[in-house]
Amino acid sequence: MPVFLTRLSRLRELPVAVAFVTLVAITATLNPRFLLPQSVKDLLLNATIIAILAAGQAMVIISRNVDLSVGSILGLSGFATGTLFAVFPDIPIVLVFLAGISVGAALGAFNGILVVTAGVPSLVITLGSLYVFRGINNAWAGGTEHFSGDRPKEFSNLSVDTVFGLPIITLLAFTVIAAMAIYLAKFRSGRDFYAIGSDPEAARLFGIPVGKRVLTAFVINGALAGLAGVLYASRFSSVGARTGTGLELDVVAAVVVGGVAIFGGSGTVVGAAIGAFLLTTITSALTALRVDKFWQQAVVGALIISAIVIDRVSTLRNARRLRLDQARDSVPALEKGVTQ
Amino acid sequence: MTALSSEIGASKIWQRINLRDVAMLGVLLIVIVINSFARDNFASTTTVGYLLLDVIPIMMLALPMAFIIISAEIDLSVASIVGISAATIGALVLREENMVVAAVSGVGVGVLAGAFNGFLVAYLGLPSLAATIGTLALYRGLALVIIGDASVGSFPETWTSFVQGKLGATGIPTVTIAVLFFIALAVMLLHYSPFGRGLFALGHSQEAARFVGVKVQHAKFWLFVASGLVAGLVGLYWALRYGSARSDSAAGLELTVIAAVLLGGVSIFGGRGSIPGVVVAVLLVATITYGFRLQRISDVVLVIITGALLIASVTAPNYYQKIRERWRFISRAKDSPAS
Repeated sequence: MPVFLTRLSRLRELPVAVAFVTLVAITATLNPRFLLPQSVKDLLLNATIIAILAAGQAMVIISRNVDLSVGSILGLSGFATGTLFAVFPDIPIVLVFLAGISVGAALGAFNGILVVTAGVPSLVITLGSLYVFRGINNAWAGGTEHFSGDRPKEFSNLSVDTVFGLPIITLLAFTVIAAMAIYLAKFRSGRDFYAIGSDPEAARLFGIPVGKRVLTAFVINGALAGLAGVLYASRFSSVGARTGTGLELDVVAAVVVGGVAIFGGSGTVVGAAIGAFLLTTITSALTALRVDKFWQQAVVGALIISAIVIDRVSTLRNARRLRLDQARDSVPALEKGVTQ
Repeated sequence: MTALSSEIGASKIWQRINLRDVAMLGVLLIVIVINSFARDNFASTTTVGYLLLDVIPIMMLALPMAFIIISAEIDLSVASIVGISAATIGALVLREENMVVAAVSGVGVGVLAGAFNGFLVAYLGLPSLAATIGTLALYRGLALVIIGDASVGSFPETWTSFVQGKLGATGIPTVTIAVLFFIALAVMLLHYSPFGRGLFALGHSQEAARFVGVKVQHAKFWLFVASGLVAGLVGLYWALRYGSARSDSAAGLELTVIAAVLLGGVSIFGGRGSIPGVVVAVLLVATITYGFRLQRISDVVLVIITGALLIASVTAPNYYQKIRERWRFISRAKDSPAS
């Protein structure tokens, strides 16, 4: 087998990418209207926010952590966006983006600092902050909701206007995901996240600033959840106390489906983003295929489980291959009479 | 002779008592006393009744969850199993099936759902954190398949009044007796049986547990089945208590349950925790929340308490430890003059 094919077959995001392409191909064959420009645009818009969250979450999970508070961070940032436009109708849009991202980054830093300094598992800390952030959102918003009528037309148009058929907020998401993919794949500090996820102790001994990297992952993830909150306010008509509730497990599911190992060390943000696209597209595909709407969520659940099973099988296969390779390498050594 | 053995028994019990659990119990008592003095309408039979009725689902789900987390696994699908059980019961009642048949089917579906989780985790070796996110979506989806968008509330009067009934004038709900039975069973199983001790070993190290003779796969499988069984029972309770079975019954409750278990001192890494601690934690959150609710602070704001308590309870010991170490280091540096 040519080298590039071998490499390709070992890509962890391959199964999810194949599944996504197959899904789109089958649906489009059976119902050509599935690929009309308007429906493609809707598909992209639906996936954009989850894809951004999944990219950030992937970085956190790769470093063997998890952030369950992203839904609450999105909620706070989204409500802040709505409030800013309601209070200062003439505020520049860029400033709103900066505000939302800063809110997210600050909340992410709160999580990260607690995880790093207290040495408590992030699952526990962020489960706590999920409730704290949501409670703050509830206290702040009460029954208030901000509707898109308060927001300038240019802001809402970010999720209406397209460039080359792609909505602007989707382009923004693609840029962010590409930047993160390059950072994690090509930069030395980016590779550190994988080392930490594979074995935090070994990474520490190797001289990697584990605490600093983990904190970075949480801040970036928080900032992205903040960005997602601003985009949510642009995409949807209202933001209130419950915005983003329950999103956290959808995001983790997308990341896992995208081939990121739940205990860290492997996977890519691109895979996670494709996972988000797959999970959001499947609902539209099932609708296009006229599958009973009551069955749709069950299919999504079955899909998540099969993705995990496939990943497990391929991990076992890889482990066996590595063992075989090792055994083969050690044969000449044995022949020379060298043990071990 | 008898005195001696009873002394040993006493010291054993003393050793078993966990300082953290005692502290939590103290906090709970203080909260109850403060609430009783500060709010006129707190110390009443109505309080006891509503507080307990609302706390029962979380209390029940927290028991098997404690077992599972102590064994270093997790079950995120419990609330969805409650949903699928309630949906099954609702759908059968809608078709005018016998209520007994409906109740047994609902609980049975819970057991099956738990067994499927157990199969995925114990026999396919999937990480439970990921696998039960999958079944969380799957079971919630199947609940929707079973009952659609219907909301069923036409349960037999005898069943609903039994579930909402009180023990005489005490205000204590009758079902509390069953819950106490489950708590006692959980304490016996986890703290006083070889099986339970095996779970602590399992939580520390799967390999070590295997070597000392714990049937790892077997144990994990049955833990998830137990979790499914309890969630099935809670599904029945949920339908009768709130008089409605819907596809989204108990949605999102999984994280509340896990938060309560962790607040009760169970380590997320497994290997550490106790049932009394979990029970006290569930009551603590419920009591604080109830007290503030009497002051007309909305429930959705009060989730801050759950979150803040959880964060404080896990970070405080570690920060305390760090500060003490730093202080010891400084005082040692003072004691030994620079040579």
